[in-house]
Order: sequence, then C-alpha cells, then structure tokens
Amino acid sequence: MASSGSEGLYTLRHRPPSDKLVDQSFRFLVTALAALVAIILFAIFLVVTLDAREAIAKFGLGFLVNSTWNPSTENFGAFTAIYGTLLTSALALLLAIPLGVGTAIFLTENFIPSRYRTIIGNLVELLAAIPSVVLGLWAIFVLEPVLRPLLQLIHRLLGWIPFFSTMPTGPGVMPAVLILVIMVLPIITAISRDSLNQVPPDLRQAAYGVGATRWTSIFKVLLPAAISGIIGGVMLALGRALGETMAVTMIIGNSNNFTLSWFAPGNTISALLANQFGEADGLQVHALMYAALVLMIITFIVNVLAQWIVKRLSLKYS
Amino acid sequence: MPSPSADLFFRPGLLRNRGNQLLTIISCLCAVIVLIPLFCVIAYVLIKGIAVIRPQMFFELPPAPGMEGGGIANAFLGTIIVTALSCLFSIPVGIGGGIYLAEYGAGNRFSDFIRFGTNVLAGVPSIIAGVFIYGLVVATRLLFGNSYSAVAGGLALAVLMLPTIIKTTDEGLKLVPQELRWGSLGVGASKFVTTMKVVLPSAVAPIATGIVLAIARSAGETAPLIFTALFSPFWPEGIFKPIATMSVLVFNFAIMPYEAQITLAWAASFVLVFMILGMNLVARWISGLAKR
Repeated sequence: MASSGSEGLYTLRHRPPSDKLVDQSFRFLVTALAALVAIILFAIFLVVTLDAREAIAKFGLGFLVNSTWNPSTENFGAFTAIYGTLLTSALALLLAIPLGVGTAIFLTENFIPSRYRTIIGNLVELLAAIPSVVLGLWAIFVLEPVLRPLLQLIHRLLGWIPFFSTMPTGPGVMPAVLILVIMVLPIITAISRDSLNQVPPDLRQAAYGVGATRWTSIFKVLLPAAISGIIGGVMLALGRALGETMAVTMIIGNSNNFTLSWFAPGNTISALLANQFGEADGLQVHALMYAALVLMIITFIVNVLAQWIVKRLSLKYS
Repeated sequence: MPSPSADLFFRPGLLRNRGNQLLTIISCLCAVIVLIPLFCVIAYVLIKGIAVIRPQMFFELPPAPGMEGGGIANAFLGTIIVTALSCLFSIPVGIGGGIYLAEYGAGNRFSDFIRFGTNVLAGVPSIIAGVFIYGLVVATRLLFGNSYSAVAGGLALAVLMLPTIIKTTDEGLKLVPQELRWGSLGVGASKFVTTMKVVLPSAVAPIATGIVLAIARSAGETAPLIFTALFSPFWPEGIFKPIATMSVLVFNFAIMPYEAQITLAWAASFVLVFMILGMNLVARWISGLAKR
C-alpha cells in the first residue's frame, strides 16, 4: 500500500548533463589547484638552478670550499656563509633543545596548576608569532649591548680557545646564535609539549605502579614514547634556523672573512642573499643564486629527513 | 616483620628523591629562562612603541635622512596592500588544493605526493621565496615590463602562505562527519553542491583560523619582500610599482644612523607586533567559537 501510494510522489530524477559538467569541471579545477603546489615547488628549483647555471659552470663544487667573496675580482665562494649557516644553527639547537624539552616537561607535569600551565604554553606560542625583523631590531638595541660585557668577560677568561679569540665589539656570530635560540624555542617547546601530552596516561600510571619515581618514568617511559614528535619538532626548528634571515642578517655583522671565532662578525647564506641581492648584477647574481640553491638543498634534506623520522619513529597507541 | 627499609613513607633524604627534586628544579629553571626573553621582547617593543608613537605617524611620509619627525603612513598602507594581494593569490589556490586533498584525494598516490610537496613547501626558507619571485618575475620583467612591484611582493608572500592554508583546509574538511556528505548526496545533491554548500560551510572555522594565522605570519615577513616589493619613501603608486612595507621599513631604518628613522623603526615594530598579536587572538577566538 505504501509503495503504491508513493509511486506518484517520488520519481527517479536523472541528473541533467549540466550538473555533471559542473561536477567534472569542479573536480578538474581543484585537481589543477592542488597540482599548482607541485608546480611551484618545481618552479622554485628550476628558476634558482637556471639562474645559478653560469656560476655553477664557472666555480663548480669549489664554490662550497672557497672562502673568498670578492665582487670586484668576480671571485666568489660561499664557504664562509655555508659554515656560518651550519654553525649558527648547530649552536642554537644545542642551547635550545635542553631548554625547550625541559620547558615542555615542566608544562606537562603537574608542578603547577594546569590553568597556569596553559597560560604559559600560550605565551610561549605567542613568541613564535613575533616577526623576525622585530627580534632583529631588539637584538641590535637591547640584546647585543646587554650581552657584550658578558661576552667580553668570557673572552678575557677563555680567550686562548680559538672560538673566543676575538674581542666582542658589536654584531657577531654569538648574538646571532642567541636570537636564533629565542626564535626556535617556541617551536621545540610547543611540539614537544604536544607530543608529551599525547602519550597515553596509562603508560605513566604503569611506570608509577612498578615503583618508578617521577623522573625515572619521564626519562625511561614518557620521553621515549614521545621521541618521534620531539625529534620532528627539533628538525623543524633546524629547518627554520637554517633559513632564518632577518634577525640574523641584522645582528651577525655580515663579514665574508672566514674566522673560527664566535665573537667576530660572520655571515650566513640567507644573510648574504638579503644583503647583496639588491645591488648585485652580472656574475654576482648568479653566484648568489648558487648560494640560494645550496641553502635550498640543505633545508630540503633536513625537511625530508624530518618527515621520514616522524613516520619511522612514531609509536602507535590506540 | 617490617624492616625499617620497607616502610611505606616517603623519605626525602633518599638519593633518588634528592635527584628527583634536583631535576624538577632544573625543569622549572628551563621554563623561567624561556619566559624571560619572551617578556623582555614583548615588554620592550610595547613600552618603546607606546613612548614613540604619535597619531600623525599614520598620515605622514618618512622624513628625508637627517630630518626630524615624519611617519609610517606609506608603509602601513603598503603592508595592507601587499598582504591583501598575497591573500588574493593564495586563498583560492589554498582552499582549492585543500578541497582536492580532503574530498577527492582519499588514498591515491597523487594526493600523497601533493601532501609531501606541501610539507616541503612549508619548509622552504622565506628568503628562497623572495629569490624565486625575483628570478621569475622581477629580473625577467614579466609583469608588463615592471621590475620591483607590490604584485611581486604579494606573490612571494603567497608562496609562503599557501602550505598553511592547504593544510588547515585539508584537516578542517577531514573533521566534517562523513554522514553529512552521505546525507547530502543521498537527497540528490551533486558532489559540487555537497562540497560547496554542506562540507565547506561546516569547516569554515578551522579554515578561517588557518587563514588568519597565515596572514599574521605574512604581514611580518621581510625576507621575501626586500628584493621583490623593495621599498619606497613615497606614497604607493599602484600595484606594479615598488612599495614600502612596515617590515622592510624596520629593516632599512634600524641600521640608519639617524634618530628619526630609528624612532620610526620602533613605531613600525610596535604596530606590526600589535597587529600580529591581535590576529593571533582573533584566530584563537574563531577556533574557540568552533569548539562550542
């Protein structure tokens, strides 16, 4: 009865061809937009490599180990900048990892009420939002002058070590490292905190249950369980530190003379680009593009490695 | 027979308990050390900014070197123009790409590749985006014969905003319950109508959050702009001409030996930080709205 009554009420509606056309073209449109990401990525590699071609042909791999950068004789080598990029990033991570992970542990343990922990966590994340050019301005006028007496003291006490062998008088590698620490700390802290929060509470309870103290369970259970996320965060921070431009450019001193000292002015690839691109022409542009290509390859490797590590190490609890 | 070592009371004197206390103190110290620079930076920028900022700075051009006074009006306008241009380029592409990944790309190799590409693009240093647009648009004078321009700056920023927008759209759409799609398709709506009228509106909060965060990031970016949008001491002359932005103004004026320029650098920093923190609060508010 019901079926006979609805016979006239409902009829099968066939989709009009225009409907199908809209569907098809929408699908095509969004696929094309998604493909644009890949196209941009390839275009970046292509444009930089093509523009670097002349410099690659002229300097070859010697570009990477030559520490002269002389526009007047057109002799270019990026060793000072590459060394500076790797050194500042490595030192910054060395300082930021213990601080960041320590803060993340502080924010996930119940030392203080969770309300305050949330507030502190949000504040740390806000630090990540401050533009790097503002941090650079702050570094020039506040951090570096405040820090200088301390660095001078270190130079007087430990000046026989080559790393501290220059009298700090202004912009240099060390202030740049410290501003990098401030920039990567929010990343490491926020991601480590999230990964520690995602460890199931059963693991902690089980550790306490068999008699582990708080810190034994942190070191032996919680940190190993969260290690994939923490390393992922550290790699992200490394990528950021390698490519960071403005704050470092403003405080590192931009000297192309190679020196072992951390207190002397230095350079990084991104600082070199930021400083010289505007007024470069001829071979210098190609040499700068070559340097940009080197930076891109370094950060590409770091980022791919980060994604691989996170996939590889992530333990599944569910 | 209870021996003294087997009692169940907490004994703070034990080596392991002392060690625990020490480590707890160290982790507290870490948190304090992390918070100190945060407060220093924000407090210093705000205090210094409030001390130097005057309302007429929003209506005046920067002074010639050595002159007094002046303002950041052209840079303020320029930041808004360049950011708006970058939104114009990146939001349609980002949302479209996100729709593809979430709605059409379930489990195929191409979408895995695009996701991987998005992550790689997110890790590309911001200065490389500038170098790329310089090589593509500025040096080749691709944009109707113009070299440095606001459009070039907007394109460079769009490259940086794109991955954030794609990722948040993708993740936001995935949170939409599958039943909604089935329901809509079940009553006869096409896939296009389902996506545009049902799925997208219910994911608008996470997508808006992502876009606001992306804008906040790009408003403060400097590196991609210094050799795409360049700088200009004059009022904006159109989107195909070099244009001043606040972030480049801070960079250019910070190293000048003139008091007036340095004052303007602090004022521009203050306005930037204020805007960006404001946008972050708005983003939090939007995502809070969604959770209710």
